[in-house]
This record gives sequence, C-alpha cells and structure tokens, in this order.
Amino acid sequence: MSVLLDVANLNVSYGGVQAVRDVSLRVEEGEVVALLGPNGAGKSSTLRSIVGLIKSQGDITFKGQRVSGRACERIVSLGLTLVPEGRRLFPQLTVRENLLLGASRGSHDETYERLLDTLPILAERQRQYAGTLSGGEQQQVAIARALMSRPQLLLIDEPSLGLAPTLVTVVYGLLSDLRETGLSMMIVEQEVMRVLRFADRAYAMATGSIVLEGPAAELLASDQVKDVYLGVTS
Amino acid sequence: MDTIIKFVVNVVSLGGTYALLALGLAVVFSVLRLINFAHGEMMALSGYVLLAGIVLGVPFWVAAVSAIVAGGLAAIIMEATAFRPVRSASPATLLMTSFAVAMLLQVIFQNGVSPRGQAVPVPSFFNSSVSIGPAQISMIQLISIIVSLASLVLLRFFFFNTRMGWAIRASATEFEIVRLMGIKASRLIALAFLISGLLAGIAGVLWVMQRGSVDPLMGLKPVLAAFIVVVIGGLGSLSGAVIAGYLLAAIEIALQTWLPESLVPFREALTFIFVIAVLSVFPNGLFGRRVPEKV
Repeated sequence: MSVLLDVANLNVSYGGVQAVRDVSLRVEEGEVVALLGPNGAGKSSTLRSIVGLIKSQGDITFKGQRVSGRACERIVSLGLTLVPEGRRLFPQLTVRENLLLGASRGSHDETYERLLDTLPILAERQRQYAGTLSGGEQQQVAIARALMSRPQLLLIDEPSLGLAPTLVTVVYGLLSDLRETGLSMMIVEQEVMRVLRFADRAYAMATGSIVLEGPAAELLASDQVKDVYLGVTS
Repeated sequence: MDTIIKFVVNVVSLGGTYALLALGLAVVFSVLRLINFAHGEMMALSGYVLLAGIVLGVPFWVAAVSAIVAGGLAAIIMEATAFRPVRSASPATLLMTSFAVAMLLQVIFQNGVSPRGQAVPVPSFFNSSVSIGPAQISMIQLISIIVSLASLVLLRFFFFNTRMGWAIRASATEFEIVRLMGIKASRLIALAFLISGLLAGIAGVLWVMQRGSVDPLMGLKPVLAAFIVVVIGGLGSLSGAVIAGYLLAAIEIALQTWLPESLVPFREALTFIFVIAVLSVFPNGLFGRRVPEKV
C-alpha cells in the first residue's frame, strides 16, 4: 500500500485561536480512516484545510504532490474532495444540476449514469429541487455530488449528523459500497461506535491535537477511548 | 382597450429595463454579497459611449453594441481593480468600495464631459410609431421590449443549462461549496461582473434612447428602482429579481395612469407603502431565502 494523503504538522488558527495544533496523519490507498473527537476538537478544520477551503500551515501531500497553499479548486481537480458537514447542497438547484455541477473533471455522463444506477433515489428525484429532499436523501446526494469529480480520496464530515438511525444505516451502506470500489475515505464522525466498526484505522483528536491513533478495532476495545476522549460510557 | 394596451406596453418595456438592472445587481450579489452601488455609473458610461459613437458618425448599431460592450468591460475592470483587493474583507468594506467607484466615475463624467445632460441624437426611425390594434406605441418601446425579453431568455438559458450558470445560481447560498466543485472563484466572480456590466450596458442604451439624453447621474433613478426590485424579489433570487422588476413597473405605471390628479404628489409614497407591505409579509422578499453570511 502506498500513502495517498500525508499531512505533517498541520496548524490552523482563526484570529489568534489555534484550532488545529501540529496534526500529522496519513491515509493509504484503499484505506478508510476515522477521525474522532468531541465538538471543537478541530476535526472539521483539519478536513477543510486539507481541501484548501481554509488557510493552514504545514505540509499536505496528495499522491506525492504538495497541495498545501493551493487553491481549493485545484486540489479538487487532483482527485481529493470533501463532503461538507451539514450536506451543503445547493437548495435552489435540481438534484441533477447539483450533481453535474460537481463534475469538475472532464465529461461525466458516464459517472452520472452509473450513480443513477447505484442510487435509485437520485433517478427518482433528479428533477426535484435539492432543498425539498429529506435529510437522508440530501446526504446521499451530497456524497454522489462529491463522487462526480471521480475522487480517489473522499473526506466526509459527519455523514450521520441529524439522521435517524435507519438512515444512518443507509448512508453507511452506500459508503460500504464505495469502499468495495477501492475508494479511500477519511470520515469525521460523532457516531463513534459505528465508524470504528467501519474504519480500518482511526485518529482521535482533542483540543486541536491528535491524542490517540491506531487500528480501529484497537480503539474500539480501548476503555480510554470510551471514557476520556469520546465521551461515551459503556 | 387603448389604455389597457398602452398600460401593458409601458409595463413590459419599463419592467424589462428594471429586470435587466436588477438581475445584474443580483448576479454580483450572489457571488460577492455586494450590492454594487456603481451599477448606475456603468449604465451612464454606456450612455456616453453611445453618444460618442453617434457623434463620431459610426452606424447606430455599432455605437449601441460598443456601448453595451463598454459596460461589460467597465464591470470587469471595476472588479479587478477595486473589488478583488478587498474581496475577503467585510461586506461593509465592499459596499464602501462601490460607493467610491460610483463617485469616481461620476466625477470623471462631470469633468470629462459635462455635469449637464447631453442630447443624444437618436436616429428618427426610433421615434416613429407602430400601431397595435387601436393603440399607437413608439418604435423605441417596441425595441426595448424585444431586446429586454431576448436578453432575459438568453440569460435563462445560460443559468439553467450551463455549468457556470448553475455555479452562479448556486453561489447565492453556497459560494464556498461551489469552489469545492472545482470552480475557480475568481473566474466565477469575473463572469458575474461581466454579465452585470453587459446588462447595465443594455439597460443604459435603452434608457438613453427613450430619453434622448445622457447625464452623469442618469443611472441613479433606475438603479434605485432596481435595488428595490432586488429586495422585493428576494436577495439572492435571480428569477425573483426579474418578476419583481415587472411587478414594480406595473405598480408605478398603474399609479401614473389611474391615480386621481390630487393624489399624484403621493405616487412615490404609495409605491414605497407597497414595498413596505410586501416586506412586512415576506421579510426575505417574495422569492428569497435567508442568505447565509459569507464565510
């Protein structure tokens, strides 16, 4: 396995407040990595700085190319994209327009048709405005929109946020299908147990730093994870 | 019957101009959260270029096209020189910048040409009249109806069938996420300004042709109306801007046509009462959604 994404000594501050402190992490090809931690731990800031939506210091390398400091649109064109927290669909565009707008690299009729096949909900709703969809449908559209750029690495911020448990299962079913295709993923998630059962490896953050890392199964078994960092009591 | 036809013609022709101006404001607002107060000056600039063309004796259509192109170029230059350096600043800074640009252009027109209105000798063909049923309407009104409707149809096609069109519509609520789609922010903003400048140019040419003169502040009144239109339509809603453009024109023309003479001095007050009424029922405008703060 080769390293797809390598982040070294990432630092992010917002007007003097440091949100991310010396974070180093990596994602290997075909790997699913979970990024855990309580609210305000700096998980979203980490993802957002990797795709260039916010300024950061440190070295970010994707497929051997240094991407830190590059504009967001250029990073996305390399095959690295983000499904943002809260879906952030374009509500006044139809589902179809949302997806085609996501098609940043070349012609994507084929990708679009394939997504319609995989996700029947898209085919049903493609003429509907995205703002009228339910939360679970929106999350699927948001993931599909990101897939339109044919990424090799998908960063996903809180895929289960605000979804009913059955819908969370649907979303993770989709992610599991994507993993089968060889797509690498880094998932930020509050549903710690679920994501640890899904991921290969995990990092846990607290107040801007990485405090734990290891194979997901190990973190799942560790009492330290349950009690201290993730705030779940068994 | 005669009055009705005249009413409709007046509404569609004035409403078309309002719609073009409002759409230009709304497009820039979508990508930059800026209400561009220099929009009227782009309109005036186009008027002056039209005048220059006529004075130089070039064919009228060449002068008109040059005037429209000048509007588009002015907008692109304005974006690159004035707004790009302060793009990440607060909306208030952008707003003040647009005031500065507006004043700068006004001073250039006042000192470079004249503070007074200049007569624009429009070819007599445009002053001929056409009969529609029992009503006589002027050729220029007919042309402004055709031109504004054609521009709107063309833009509709652009906004609903091209990737950059979707991107501009999407920017109204999620500018940051549009970048995540691989769309270059600066190209999108430049394109929005180009569209807004071309629309100001078209509106400027139509406005000058109807009035037969151009002056440094000629854009003030129609653009003020367009601001109202954008707010009624809902900030960030492009179709709202178009619909509200025709709506405001209908109200203005209706008051002008049917208001008893004793109430004429209150015409504008009545228009504004209507605006207040709309906003108290629809605080985000008729078609608006809550616009998130620019991040």
